[in-house]
Formats: sequence, structure tokens, C-alpha cells
Amino acid sequence: MSATTAATARFTLKPSTDGGEDQLLEVSMGPQHPSTHGVFRMDVALDGERVVKLKPVFGYLHRNHEKIAETETYLGSMPYTDRLDYLCSIANNWSYALAVEKLAGIQVPERAEYLRVITGELTRLQNHTSGIGFLLQDMGASGTPLMYAFREREKVLDLFESLTGSRMMCNYMRFGGCRVDMPAGWLQQAQKVVEAFPRFLDEFERLLSGNEILMARTQGVGVLSKELAVDAGITGPMLRGSGVNYDIRKVDKYGIYDRFAFRVPLGEHGDVYDRYMVRLLEMRESIKILRQAMQDIPPGPIMDAKTKIRGFRPKAGEAYGRTESPKGELGFYLISDGSPNPYRYRVRPPSLVNLTVLEDMCLGQNVADIVIILGSIDIVLGEVDR
Amino acid sequence: MNLETIKSEIEANVPGCRLLIVPNNSPSGQHSLLIDRETALTVARFLRDAAHLRFDYCSNVTGIDWPGKEITEKVKVKKTLDGVEQEVEEIQKTQSAGHLEAVYHLYSMEKKHGPVILRMRTEDRADRIHLPSLTPIWRSAEFQEREIFDLYGIVFDGHPDLRRLLMWDGFEDHPMRRDYVEPDDYEYEPTPHDAVLQRARQHLSEAGGR
Repeated sequence: MSATTAATARFTLKPSTDGGEDQLLEVSMGPQHPSTHGVFRMDVALDGERVVKLKPVFGYLHRNHEKIAETETYLGSMPYTDRLDYLCSIANNWSYALAVEKLAGIQVPERAEYLRVITGELTRLQNHTSGIGFLLQDMGASGTPLMYAFREREKVLDLFESLTGSRMMCNYMRFGGCRVDMPAGWLQQAQKVVEAFPRFLDEFERLLSGNEILMARTQGVGVLSKELAVDAGITGPMLRGSGVNYDIRKVDKYGIYDRFAFRVPLGEHGDVYDRYMVRLLEMRESIKILRQAMQDIPPGPIMDAKTKIRGFRPKAGEAYGRTESPKGELGFYLISDGSPNPYRYRVRPPSLVNLTVLEDMCLGQNVADIVIILGSIDIVLGEVDR
Repeated sequence: MNLETIKSEIEANVPGCRLLIVPNNSPSGQHSLLIDRETALTVARFLRDAAHLRFDYCSNVTGIDWPGKEITEKVKVKKTLDGVEQEVEEIQKTQSAGHLEAVYHLYSMEKKHGPVILRMRTEDRADRIHLPSLTPIWRSAEFQEREIFDLYGIVFDGHPDLRRLLMWDGFEDHPMRRDYVEPDDYEYEPTPHDAVLQRARQHLSEAGGR
């Protein structure tokens, strides 16, 4: 193969035991591969169609977010957290706000907590729909499922735009509350979207869940065992797809999640299909939470009056705050030395840690399955590389 | 769960370990446990395997750089002044070596408790920068320790695949250290910002240009 082809490949001799000359094909998948969801590369060694080695290569989108945040004020990093997982900016804001609130001991007003739950769960809805759409796109179901997913996602993004002024880079939360309150008629509009959502999910499931090709391509593919999932620190739908009951909304009960009745869907086999299914079911649970939150939201202030977000100087100390972001555990670790900017600012990205087991899941599978397994992890490179 | 209890339990079960509770004065109240390099693996294994602790999930692993500080001390020195021996107070300045730190946030998925925060410190920031890798205990540390190696330069002994994670292989420095200086790979762009123009001028004069 010439050096100018897109996927660079070369042959190496495999030491064989039977005297025959087997050949391994080394393929560099990415970084500009449509299935990698960004710029991400995998060094794959293939024996025929079978994967015998896979090493992920990171860093194409690295801009040292943490270093930049250490030279910024606490408030100054808030809009930059939008750019981590750019599909779920509000979930990132929430996690960062929670860490700062722990660091400085800030109480959040009731109404702001409800606003956080509403926007956070709407974020989960749009992330999981588009995530499933991408997965199907990777599988070769070109167009339809992704367009259906994007149609619904757009409705949620419209809500975000009328609430925060931006579709994706919402920059919505502040430590001690939220930036803006709902405009008039927003809640009714949001209720309409949420009430219409189960019908879309029914349609989506009718279209996909029983589909023969989808089942053939995903069931028994990319199996992740319970033990390995816990050991490798996998979180989010991927962990629950392997049957481990661990949802930080239930475990930490951060914010006001103890007030809502919802269940944690679990998978059984830990394959790609289970992860797909867990995401679908999680959306239905999110709708339950949204219904309760929209009904109960009280009037009141949306910012803690005592917190001055400008010229903010927390006492020296450290805090680790984590939330159940749509992709898994998103944590922020902050150390303050009493100055206006954090001494240490660390993002614990769920996507990066979830990639730890990519090789384990792909070994022995066909090369075409890599794409689907990667799609089922649901990564965003803005967060992996930071 | 109380960190004091966990500390005394570790001390009872891991002979020869030296533990120290690092207090945290922020309202979060997350105190951490400084463990020594020699018994770190045994301590970690105990925390993971002990039936009532079961910290089976290592969530966050990260590095911190603590550069050395200048310590000023007043020392009395005997000196001969004008032929008479006198005791004179002198100000002595010493430079502490500083250290790099690795921090591990542990939770339990089985018992649903946590966090317990472990810290390990290197001896200095120059050449004694080795720490034992905890990847054999918690696989989730694999990429995160690689990231610390990359950005802070801590060498994790026993890590199965210690390579740079985010920077490219030929890169030499560790960008997250406090004293990191960006390389001068500046490309001149005629943008009208003062800061940019100033830097361009500086670059050119350093490079021996106009």
C-alpha cells in the first residue's frame, strides 16, 4: 500500500508455531475516521478479520484544559467546561459547580436545584438519543436512525437555546445556583417536549430494538464482564449494561435526587445490545424524573445570595465533586490555596476511563465490530483529550 | 466511614506501613491518607480486598506538583570580627526540594461508600520521582497514571505500559509542572494585538533577527 492511502497499513511477519508463514496486518484506524467520533486513532493488528491487538492513541485534541483552568478564576473556567463533553455542556457545568460548592461550602437554593435536575435530565435525553443514533450510523444504518434522533435532539436544544441563549455551549450554572431563570412559557414548552418524548421512544424502539440486523451485529459482541467493568473503573450506562447497580444519582444523592422516584436499568450480558438497551431505558427513567421535577418546581431565588461569584476566593483546601453525567462519572478535583484561581484543577473524564477496556472488548472480534464497540462506549474526544 | 478507623485498621493489617492523615480545612471535609512508597501496594490491596471495606473502584487518579520553597531561617553563627570572636545572627536561605504527589480517590461499588483518598509523594522533583504503580490493583489507574507520567513526569514502577498519553512520544518536558516554560516555537502572524506584536518582537530579537 502506498503511503498516501487513508488508512495506513503494513504487513509484519507473525512468528508462527507450525512453520507456516501467517501474516498480521497492522492497520491504523483514524485519526480522521468517521467512526471515531472525533480525532482518535487505534493501532490495530489483524489476523485476517480478527483483532489480535488494539492500542488507542490519544491526544489529537489535547489543549491542556487543566493548565488553562489553573490560570483562570473559578468563574472563568465555567464556560470552558462546556467544551469538554460538548454534547452535554450542562452536565459538565453541574459537576464543576458541585465541586466548587463542596470546596467553599455553598448552599444552592431550592429552585436552582430543580432547574439543575430539569436541564440535567434533558441533557441526558439528548445525549442518549444522539448516542444511539451515532451507534446505528456506525453500524451502517445510514441516515434514518440518526436523523430521527437528531430531530428529537433539536427540540431539546431549542429549549436550551431559549433558556440559556446557546444550543450547545450553554454555560448555564454558577456555583450557588443557575445563571438565568426560565423565560415565560418555557416550562410549558418543556413539558410539551417531555410529554411527546415517550412516543418517539416507542417509535424508535419499534424501528430498532427488534431489528434482525441490529441484533445480529450487537448481541454477544463486545462483551464486558462485571468484574472487569468494576476493576477498570467503568461508569455510566456502560457499567450498568454489564449489570452493576451503581448510579451516582442514587449513591451520592447529590442535589435533590433523593426526592424523585426512578429506577436504574441494568443489563445482563454486558454486550453492545445491552448498552444500547440501557440507554433507551434510562431515557424513560429520565422522563419520569422530569415529570416530577416540572410539577414540583417551587418559586424562589435561583442564586445563593451570600455567594459572590466575582472575586471568588475559597479557603485553602481541596474537594472532589462528582456527578452522574450521561457518559458516566464526571468528577472535578479542586485544590485551593486561597487565591482567586485554583491551585489544582482536575477533570476526571468518564470517556477516557471507559476506553480502558476497549482492547479487552475488541480482542477476537472482527474488525467491523471495533466500530460498533467504540460507538457503544459513547465517547467524546473533547473530554478524552482535554 | 471514619478515616481514623481505616487508618488504624490498615496499621493493624499491614506491618511496617507509615500512614499520615493529611487534614483538609475546606468545608468538603475530605481528609486524605498519605501512604509510604514501600508498602503502598499492600495497603491498596488491603483496602480493595478487606470484606467490610471493599474499595473496589478507583475513580480519580491525578498528580499535583508542589515546587520547592525558599525557607528563610535566622541562624547564630560564630564569626571573628576585628580579631574578636562574636556570635552574629545571619539569615540563611535554603531551598526545599519540593515533591510531586499522586492522589487516588477510592469508592466502593459493592458497599456504596467512599471516598477514601490516598496520596503518595515522591522524594523530590528532579530524579527521585519514582512511585509504585497501583494499576495492578485497580485497572482504572492505567490511563490516568499514564497521564500523570506524561504531564507531571512521575515514573510509576510496575505499570504495564508506561508511555505518554496526551503529548506525542518525542516530547520532552512535563507541561503540568508549575515551572514549565513553553518552548519558543512561535510563528509570526501579523495580528494587530499589542501582546502578540510584542512577543513577535521578542522572538525575533532572541532569534537574532531584525
